[in-house]
Amino acid sequence: MEKLDILEAQSIFILREAFANFEKMGLLWSLGKDSNVMIRLAKKAFCGNIPFPLLFCDTGKKFPEMYAFQKHYSKEWNLNLIVQKCPPIDQIDPSLPPASRSAARKTEALKMLIRDNNLEAVIAGIRRDEEGTRAKERVFSPRGIEADWNFKDQPPEFWDQYKTKFPSGTHIRVHPLLSWTEIDIWRYIRREKIPVVSLYFSKSGKRYRSLGDHDITFPIDSEASTVEEIIHELEITKVSERAGRAMDHETEDAFERLRVNGYM
Amino acid sequence: MIKSSKTPFRLIIAGHVDHGKSTLVGRLLHDTGALSEGKIQAVKMMSERRGMPLEYAFLLDSLQAERDQGITIDTTQIVFNSAKRSYVIIDAPGHKEFLKNMISGAAQADGGIVVVDAVEGLQEQSRRHCYLLQLLGLTQVSIVINKMDLVEYDEQIFSDISIAASNYLREIGIKARNIIPVSARSGIGLLRRSKKMSWYKGPSFLKAIDGLTPLETPNDKPLRLPIQDVYKFDNRRILVGKIETGSLKIGDILHFSPSNKTAAVSTFEHWGEQTKKDQESAGKSVAFTLREQIFVERGHIASLQETPPIETNVFRARVFWISQKPLRTADRLTIKIATAEYSVEVQSIEGSIDTDTLRLTPTDEISRHEIGEITIRARATVVLDAFDDNPKTGRFVLIDGFDTVGGGIVSMDGYANQRGRYDVISQNIVPVDSKIDRTARAKANDHKSGIIWLTGLSGAGKSTIAVEVEKQLFRKGYQVYVLDGDNIRFGLSADLGFSPEDRTENIRRIGEVAKLFAEAGILVITAFISPYRDDRARVRTIAPEMFHEVFIKADLSICENRDPKGLYAKARNGEILEFTGISAPYEEPTTAELIIDTEQQSVDQSVAALIEYVSNNFTPHH
Repeated sequence: MEKLDILEAQSIFILREAFANFEKMGLLWSLGKDSNVMIRLAKKAFCGNIPFPLLFCDTGKKFPEMYAFQKHYSKEWNLNLIVQKCPPIDQIDPSLPPASRSAARKTEALKMLIRDNNLEAVIAGIRRDEEGTRAKERVFSPRGIEADWNFKDQPPEFWDQYKTKFPSGTHIRVHPLLSWTEIDIWRYIRREKIPVVSLYFSKSGKRYRSLGDHDITFPIDSEASTVEEIIHELEITKVSERAGRAMDHETEDAFERLRVNGYM
Repeated sequence: MIKSSKTPFRLIIAGHVDHGKSTLVGRLLHDTGALSEGKIQAVKMMSERRGMPLEYAFLLDSLQAERDQGITIDTTQIVFNSAKRSYVIIDAPGHKEFLKNMISGAAQADGGIVVVDAVEGLQEQSRRHCYLLQLLGLTQVSIVINKMDLVEYDEQIFSDISIAASNYLREIGIKARNIIPVSARSGIGLLRRSKKMSWYKGPSFLKAIDGLTPLETPNDKPLRLPIQDVYKFDNRRILVGKIETGSLKIGDILHFSPSNKTAAVSTFEHWGEQTKKDQESAGKSVAFTLREQIFVERGHIASLQETPPIETNVFRARVFWISQKPLRTADRLTIKIATAEYSVEVQSIEGSIDTDTLRLTPTDEISRHEIGEITIRARATVVLDAFDDNPKTGRFVLIDGFDTVGGGIVSMDGYANQRGRYDVISQNIVPVDSKIDRTARAKANDHKSGIIWLTGLSGAGKSTIAVEVEKQLFRKGYQVYVLDGDNIRFGLSADLGFSPEDRTENIRRIGEVAKLFAEAGILVITAFISPYRDDRARVRTIAPEMFHEVFIKADLSICENRDPKGLYAKARNGEILEFTGISAPYEEPTTAELIIDTEQQSVDQSVAALIEYVSNNFTPHH
């Protein structure tokens, strides 16, 4: 089997395991390339259907291209979308560095979504190659009452046997893309012809490799203006994918703190 | 190096704490130019902040707590490309406390590296990790002897540790692919051989891992398709699951276990697939419909008719235990095999394996981080394969409450496949009712008939007691007859051996014959080891009101001392295989009507006890 076929089969297996074990769950659609791939995989897993809602934490600070993409494709793909507005910045822990504090608004919105919809599981499109703490994640990763991640004592995950039993009030983060790399995602986008937000493609020598809020996300120097060119760029680049995401770089453990407190 | 589009080789880096696993991986990433810009700068700052020289392990130890304590807590998976191929490197913790994380990583791997410190040599976790890699089915294992700089690149030290390591691996059934001397911190021996160790003629670390071969896709094994779910989003009834081994095509007759129903594959329902296929094979997540609507649910395993998996309610297992609470006999747990869950009980604990000496020590409990051999009994029929036949359906996890408390692999040694064993093959058969009932016969004989079923180890005294009791009862006027092991095996069961399947069939035949004797009015005494609880329970089901189970009890050591037929000596020499008590299980009765302890009682006392039981239960005036 080809690498993309193996990754696809495993992700479909993971999504079906989640659906078989959890009654109430939702899939986080950040509008980025990874969550678009997840939507494609979910449709394949459930024979053209997505039998659970999509979740969107709205900071109000996404790029206009992203909101336009959301409007267009939630209709075209016939998605059951639940939008939760993020609380204002003054309700967030002031001891966090500025960009992290801004990003933490999403965590709070996610907690509201989980509470209001009694979610047992949230499907998130994180990948191990994005960032060091994500490299240590489980496929089924439990979160505490406060959505907290006890990274010092993660449950074992032997073979394809995932954690599906947990006390009520806590939930599981399901990570179907954990084993994918950035270039796998783009090769799959090419193969499956998956639409993505235009900001990923180069305009006047700049493009976004990772999308977030417009005030804490920065483009990289790039001439890649097609999927093909992006794949070629990624084959040789030495710049990390999240270099343009300010909250990753404020302090040594800034991103770890965000994730321990429930960030994706 | 260009990021490959090929399937990566998944390599676990294991070994004792502080032997340099994360440093090895960090240095490898650094020296091959795999790191992104800024990454090495960030690690330099992290190291300086802690007043340390550049710490390559920080490239992997991404948690603040890991860097502060200088240990790896959880497994990291990181992509790495050599000139030859792509890797997922799984950096495992070496600290005993985090063994569950090491196993979680190793369970995903195609091959393993065990890192050994040249100063310390093989340590407890070095051996335990080797043992676990073998238990998990990894045969591609190489040893890295690290920190050679600290022993002045001494050939003798390398050679001593090499011999110890390869001896240990050989004892557990692994041939070390390579044993490679390196100094990870200074990058010596990683990408190319070093002049500092001109005595070493083997490959560099990178060349050695490039030489490990990927596991083959298990297409040649029989089809195993554990059902994940059944979808009814519209008028189609779609079955879904991942093909673990083998392949299937449209028109194949699928056999579902444990329901033992069959139906042909009608269609594949693959949404968004560019090409329509009529065959799918191992690794693929499939969705398909059946030509006939039969009952199928999550947990069932689909196979082809000729090659179904094993069905059993009892099996042996080798388990690794990770719970704080020790595993004990009679513990009730949930077991997950493929997509099925079952309630099980620990029937017995054979012992724990010391991974240093490889000795199996009898014990009452398996403690945290120990490996044990146990027998598991389920209430329902469990569908599985022996791990050696099919790892995917021969491994399991154990759950207690919310938590995974252990995992393991299945062995069917000593236990029989129960598939289809009790089905009546002939059709159009109607039992004939006799005009003389058992009460009439009991009146004529002046005693009731029945089955006195003696069970116990060889040498416990079954035959001795049986023939003496027969003699005395016959003198008292009883219609009594002894069915004895060796006599039956000369005739009725001449075609059977001593495999678990044959033993079970032998007991089934004896049970049926004993029932016929008892129905003919005779008091029949059977003297067979009959080691399996299930087999005896089944005879009880054949003749519930006539069956009396008598446990002839004596310890294995006592029986072995008596050894009236010299069989134990032969079994110990390996001349007899599958000998009960030595190399095959004996399951003590839990439902015996009478226990005769021949360790405590003489032959005469034992005979008297059984005679008394008979007169209390089989004579009319009682």
